[in-house]
Amino acid sequence: MAKARPLVGGESTDSDVDLHLPAQRGELRRGHGAVVAVIALGGVLGSTARYGTGLLWPTPPGAFPWTTLLVNVAGCGLIGVLMVVVAEAGAAHPLVRPFLGTGVLGGFTTFSTYAVDVERLTDGGRPGLGLTYLVLTLLAALTAVWAAAVATRRALRWGPR
Amino acid sequence: MHWLLVIAGAVVGAPARYLTDRAVQARHDSVFPWGTFTVNVIGCLVLGLVTGAVTEGAASSQVQLLLGTGLCGALTTYSTFSYETLRLAEDGARLFAVANAVGSVLAGLGAAFAGTALARALWG
Repeated sequence: MAKARPLVGGESTDSDVDLHLPAQRGELRRGHGAVVAVIALGGVLGSTARYGTGLLWPTPPGAFPWTTLLVNVAGCGLIGVLMVVVAEAGAAHPLVRPFLGTGVLGGFTTFSTYAVDVERLTDGGRPGLGLTYLVLTLLAALTAVWAAAVATRRALRWGPR
Repeated sequence: MHWLLVIAGAVVGAPARYLTDRAVQARHDSVFPWGTFTVNVIGCLVLGLVTGAVTEGAASSQVQLLLGTGLCGALTTYSTFSYETLRLAEDGARLFAVANAVGSVLAGLGAAFAGTALARALWG
């Protein structure tokens, strides 16, 4: 079964539609109100969870942003599980992936705070700490998504059918 | 009130990421995830500008919550970025995977620095 590579947001929710074909780009404008709605809802849930986490474990100015690092790494691990279960194993409701992947996890994790925190640390006279944070987040995030995807594939293969 | 500001930003940011991603991706016949790259870099620029404006006293902490934590936080994503990087690596496009990881981080960082510098020039 040749399936399109399951990107999170850059694809049509209908696997028969290829957005690269100009004739099928009408799909861009047509009938994905439900998808946009569940992404908005999921984005609100994920973002408020991120905000709440920051209130529980605030990062003082000039300190290493552990909270944002852990939020991003956790979100990367969870998307590794989600994409294997939903996109690779299939058979989920078509709105599950936009809601949980694009919405909740997309809203939970943040690239902008990551980059601006590096800028803040550098500007605040701690470029070494900023660079450590920059590299550590990237490596931990990529390791998390990879390890979670591999572990989930194994669990599905060995689990009950 | 603070929560409502984050919610108001996120309810716009997350769908904006999805719609921008689709629009950008549909126009590039490439495996490189230009859509996520684009929203992440734009979000870093805007958050740099907002954070800089707050530092210079030109914007309130409410603006930071609405446009920063809410809008930019939901507009940008680390999870999709890392998953797309993993897919590129697993699909054998190792060079694209490395280019996406390094390019996104450098471009996002550059945009964050440019945003704060712009804020300093405007309101400093």
